[in-house]
Amino acid sequence: MLLIPCPWCGPREENEFTYGGEADIVRPVEPDSLTDSEWANYLFMRKNPRGLHHEQWVHTFGCRQWFNVQRDTVTYQITATDNLR
Amino acid sequence: MTSHHHRLSHGGRIDRDKPLKFTFNGTSLQGFHGDTLASALLANGVRVVARSLKYHRPRGVVGAGSEESNAMVKIGLGAGASPNQMATQVSLYNELDAYSLNCWPSPNFDIGAIIGVFSRFMPPGFYYKTFMWPQNAWRIYEGVIKRASGYGTAPEAPDPDRYDQINAHVDVLVIGGGPAGLSAALEAGRAGARVLIADEQNEMGGSLLSDRGLANGALATDWLKASLSELDAMDEVTVLKHATAFGYYDHNFLGIAESVSDHLLSDSNTVPRQRLWRIRANHVILATGAIERPLVFPNNDRPGVMLASAVSTYINRYAVNPAIKAVVFTNNDNAYQSALDLHRIGVHVSAVIDVRPKPIGKLAEQVRGLGITVLEGHVVVDVKGGKSVNGVTVMPLDRSGNAVVGKSHRLDCDLVAISGGWNPTVHLHCQSGGTLRYDPGTSSFIPDSVMQAMQNAGSCKGSFTLEQCLMDGRLAGAKAAREIGLRLDTSSGNNATVQSPPQEPVTPMWLVPSPKPLGLGPKQFVDLQTDTTAADIAIAVREGYESIEHIKRYTTCGMGTDQGKLGNVNAIGILANLKGTDPETIGATTYRPMYTPVPFGTVAGRSIGSLFDPVRKTSIHQWHEESGALFENVGQWKRPWYYPRPTESMQDAVYRECMATRTGVSLLDASTLGKIEIKGPDATTMLNMIYTNAWSKLEIGRCRYGLMLGEDGMLLDDGVTARLGEYHYLMHTTTGGAATVMAWLERWLQTEWRDLEVYLTSTTDHWTTISINGPDSRRVVGKLSNDIDFSNEAFPFMSIRHGTVAGVPARVFRVSFVGELSYEINVSSNHGRRIWEAVIEAGIEYGITPLGTEAMHVLRAEKGYIIVGQDTDGSVTPNDLGMDWIVSKRKKDFLGKRSLYRSDILRQDRKQMVGLLTDDPHVVLPEGGQIVDNTSAAIPVPMVGHVTSSYMSPFLKRSIALALIKGGHSIIGEKVYIPLENGKTVSAMIVDRVFYDREGARQDE
Amino acid sequence: MGKYSLFNLIRHGLSYHRDWSKTWRNPEPQPSYDVVLIGGGGHGLATAYYLAKEQGITNIAVLEKGWIGGGNTGRNTEIVRSNYLWDEAARIYEFSLNLWNDLSQQLNFNLMYSAKGVLSLGHTLQDMRDISRRVNANRLNGIDSELLNADQVKKMVPSINVSLDSRYPVLGASLQRRGGTARHDAVVWGFARAADALGVDVIQDCKVTGIKVQKGKVTGVDTTKGFIKSAKVGVITAGNSSVMAKMAGFRLPIESHPLQAWVSEPIKPVLDTVVMSNTVHAYISQTARGELLAGAGIDPYTGYAQRGSFSVVEGAVAAILGLFPIFSRVRLNRQWAGTVDTSPDACPIVGLTPIQGLYFNCGWGTGGYKATPGSGWVFAHTIANDKPHRLNQPFSLERFTTGHLIDEHGAAGVAH
Repeated sequence: MLLIPCPWCGPREENEFTYGGEADIVRPVEPDSLTDSEWANYLFMRKNPRGLHHEQWVHTFGCRQWFNVQRDTVTYQITATDNLR
Repeated sequence: MTSHHHRLSHGGRIDRDKPLKFTFNGTSLQGFHGDTLASALLANGVRVVARSLKYHRPRGVVGAGSEESNAMVKIGLGAGASPNQMATQVSLYNELDAYSLNCWPSPNFDIGAIIGVFSRFMPPGFYYKTFMWPQNAWRIYEGVIKRASGYGTAPEAPDPDRYDQINAHVDVLVIGGGPAGLSAALEAGRAGARVLIADEQNEMGGSLLSDRGLANGALATDWLKASLSELDAMDEVTVLKHATAFGYYDHNFLGIAESVSDHLLSDSNTVPRQRLWRIRANHVILATGAIERPLVFPNNDRPGVMLASAVSTYINRYAVNPAIKAVVFTNNDNAYQSALDLHRIGVHVSAVIDVRPKPIGKLAEQVRGLGITVLEGHVVVDVKGGKSVNGVTVMPLDRSGNAVVGKSHRLDCDLVAISGGWNPTVHLHCQSGGTLRYDPGTSSFIPDSVMQAMQNAGSCKGSFTLEQCLMDGRLAGAKAAREIGLRLDTSSGNNATVQSPPQEPVTPMWLVPSPKPLGLGPKQFVDLQTDTTAADIAIAVREGYESIEHIKRYTTCGMGTDQGKLGNVNAIGILANLKGTDPETIGATTYRPMYTPVPFGTVAGRSIGSLFDPVRKTSIHQWHEESGALFENVGQWKRPWYYPRPTESMQDAVYRECMATRTGVSLLDASTLGKIEIKGPDATTMLNMIYTNAWSKLEIGRCRYGLMLGEDGMLLDDGVTARLGEYHYLMHTTTGGAATVMAWLERWLQTEWRDLEVYLTSTTDHWTTISINGPDSRRVVGKLSNDIDFSNEAFPFMSIRHGTVAGVPARVFRVSFVGELSYEINVSSNHGRRIWEAVIEAGIEYGITPLGTEAMHVLRAEKGYIIVGQDTDGSVTPNDLGMDWIVSKRKKDFLGKRSLYRSDILRQDRKQMVGLLTDDPHVVLPEGGQIVDNTSAAIPVPMVGHVTSSYMSPFLKRSIALALIKGGHSIIGEKVYIPLENGKTVSAMIVDRVFYDREGARQDE
Repeated sequence: MGKYSLFNLIRHGLSYHRDWSKTWRNPEPQPSYDVVLIGGGGHGLATAYYLAKEQGITNIAVLEKGWIGGGNTGRNTEIVRSNYLWDEAARIYEFSLNLWNDLSQQLNFNLMYSAKGVLSLGHTLQDMRDISRRVNANRLNGIDSELLNADQVKKMVPSINVSLDSRYPVLGASLQRRGGTARHDAVVWGFARAADALGVDVIQDCKVTGIKVQKGKVTGVDTTKGFIKSAKVGVITAGNSSVMAKMAGFRLPIESHPLQAWVSEPIKPVLDTVVMSNTVHAYISQTARGELLAGAGIDPYTGYAQRGSFSVVEGAVAAILGLFPIFSRVRLNRQWAGTVDTSPDACPIVGLTPIQGLYFNCGWGTGGYKATPGSGWVFAHTIANDKPHRLNQPFSLERFTTGHLIDEHGAAGVAH
């Protein structure tokens, strides 16, 4: 039961949020120029680290803003957020 | 039962003015307000409360609180019964009915006890080694074992009680209302913190309630009284009794189960039975106390063998006289207090049997001073008596302390008070992520590192004296207040000062030495509830199960409802001895929620029945109900499925609704379709990325159908989007996809396309959408508006007009999902039902008919229109649907585009959407039917596709179906077969999927 | 390996059980092996057993960082079934179910495989279409599968609530009669004992800290008990697969999520079938010990902590009370979580990797337990022959590039 510090609303219950997965994936600017394998890397391959994870969340039942969170996937401690602005 | 008076004439915290009647196995007994069921049973001389699970040995009360392992009963009968309650945790109330478990016909005479004869052939894990023959017979053995296992029976009718939940945010949460917890709460409360203090018992006080042994005895109760009234006077402090913290989760979230009316006899149901507190705390102080550790020796399970601390509790708190003649068996000073307590109420203490060679502590001196024999360096090697203790055999220990030597002798007694030291209650600490270390000083596991904003205080961290507990609590409370930024007022306060007598260290003794080799003498129980013995652990180790986790699983030690509160640490110690190592190396098993069991009902709270998930209803819902509609669940929505007239079958109703649409006029409540208003200068750019087709050239006032894909190229949702202005669109989504699509758009805009200026508003609930379909629809809508020209020229297909309908502002779309001339009127939901009725009024002369989702599905299938989620399943591309016409070849990019060129997606034999016509027009294929192209293939039969939609078409007077078939687009006209569940096979022909009005003339006219 | 039988149980009983042999040896590692398997869970031990028994390779070490069976094998809800939708998935799970059938006899260890039947409930018309599609596919694939209406469900599970007034009424179900449960600890111990008897070294408390690769070939592993040389390394570390892949220098299409389960206090028999519902995200059965054993879908965010959110439990308990209102007074006794590998198509990845001699078996999501014997069998074949068995051929890492996903989400969803 995480208490997630929404950069806009403050700390709120986990239930108000939706998890968005790894944060550092940038959509390729020219997908057509990629090989199948490069495209597959973008689509499916994930760091999935044991430890610090840079991930996306959205405050679904709140301000509906997406933001980035730095969270430890073992201790679940949240150490930083970024409001994407 | 004897003539002995088991209830003391004075003292204790029971209210002798409030006698309570209760029954035990049908016998009427009496107790008092303030009793637990266990204390009341003891006060009535009841010794055997239940039988044990595996061997059916008679068992009595061993503890006095949540550590109890033996005294399990069923409370009540029928729907309100609670199957497996510990008598020590049940507050007595009037007319309580309790029943023994694991016995038939009675706990004193139990046929099942015969199993004990065979116990030698039931070592740990014996079921892994047998019941294997014949193959598959386990199912039968399992049935027999299942009937023998389990404890009580679940009620057979729904629960008459209700349960509640409450969320609380506090500065400081204190778990445990003993001396440490109260001190902590006082200190934090004085600093102005918002404090919640919870205790599992019926009154606050913890060990203070049982303890009379202080030098300044009166102080404990006086201080308790003063402290509680001080807490009471603090506005920001909440004191919760009967409230067990069962789980400590991440980020200082804890669950507390509060018993609100369990202890009241109440049929009124005006208060909930239990309340679940969901608590988020800035700081947590665990003051959960410690549980006395039993000693493991032969026949240590006999009724009358009781924890020394429990003996004191029954005497001091419940005014129970538990015995005539007692012995105390200990390895520490603490249990001497029980000897003093017993002596004080006139019980003859035959001896204190101490494993230590020279106990010289202050309490020991006091005991000796009273003339009580202290048998130094002795142990109990057997307990005599079956259903009740009548004596013990004792023997001296040798010099090493690891073996017995010399002669045994017998001591008569009907009570054995035992103490093997104390185990801090570290369950919640561990659940929070904290670690433990083994402390040789107290021979127990104590908290080491902490992971969350929390502290341990008092005996749960190994501070076992009252003096330390009070001090610990104060310091913890002060620290908590400081950490949340509060200033302490140190001048006030009723701080107790106690000096606890120094204690000699405990001598750890995990398994009491016995003259017989392990496994050959009487059973030495480690875990009473699961009937696990020391010999069982030895066998497990011998067999290679050496990890404590393996021991736990193989022997089931600690797997009972008490989760090994009494037995686990002894098991660790015994394992350490067997492996020649120390408890630190062995480590503890993982402590998991729940600390004590919590009813499913409490966990679910009010989220049951219709409140399990919100139901969404349109503004016209009431009308549908009044008109006899049957409903279909679509997502959270209730949609009218069909509207049967009194004698009609579903088929009749659907037929009538379809025919009305094709030949006259019908109206459909389409309000559930998702609606998203899109505004901003970059709205078109966004749509070009979201949809597969191009949007730049769409004229204002016109609509376009679009497909959106996931990045994997698979169909995500579809719908019609209208351009309302240069920078303004209204997007329609499917009913089930509305929330997903909204989130999808927001995500891209906020994370990847942050340079686009687009604003989204979900307006699904704002509008009521009434779809009017059929050749007569123009005539009907024409009567309702005089500012909209509904002619084909002025208002062509796939366009939108603004105006007034039945007197209210409306947006009218000319779109169709059923392939007829159709108008979709959108008005503010506030007017929904009135406009719906106005449409019906206008349509009466044309026989306007309400249309349900079933008929609507038939009509759209006739047109070959897909339903996302029914005809597609997340593995379907636009090409698979034969809808590549809607995929722009010119656009450089859109979501999912790149995935469409992966090798597997380009395969020609992918499943493709086609129509099917059965050879026999009367046969309707089953939806979900699998399709084969060869009826003589052997199993496994290669499948070429499946039926996604299938109906009897009233208009075409034959069955039709949609299907996904491998390479279907290129084999139109070929024959396929659908094997049915009943063994028959239906043949059908692959056809184009548009069965009706291929040219689209009907909707365009 | 002393044989387990009723006769021997009595014989040992007469000698006070002093003569039982070790179930496995707990040896220290040798410097080198023909095959090193990382992960002493059910899949890893099954792989070792079948490598020894079917492939004739016995110079094998199974390296377990803690105690065998301490991962997901010891944390699941024991459900065994094979009624998967897509041919590829159906075949591997059916192969596995057929192995379960006489596995107790094969291993001479009672795994308590109980074909009590698995019901997958449908609550909406679309649920019923999906169920019908799956049942039809199963039958043509030779997998026993039946479509039940609500009355038939009620007849089979008298304690269930099939009222149409329910928030999510039970409209029907699929039933696989050969599905059921098997005792999870027994699976681990049975495979470990049998593998050990064939010469396999099962090494506990041995954590792998690195995978050594030279010129694209695996050469061995670094462990807390030293370097162990091997030209073939199989990785079966569900939950930690990405961590192991990182050691070898590549990524997987996998995310690790907590998956929670819990048991009630033991009660007398009330439920003799496994009941699952994807729509309300819950599944439940009753163990031989009398506990109601239940689970939910995965927790929404990634995590390796083997700890989950209480709200997931609240939701699933509420769902269960919708199906079984009479369980309201039964108490929740113990909850726990495992860490599962989730893959994009809810199907496993079993096969070769970019590194020669390194094989991965992962991505089973919430459904790996039931596949234990089959997974071990095909993985052993893959390692021994350096190419996939026909049953795991479709489950290659390559499919994420070609797009040939086997999307079991709709069919399997949360509830395995």
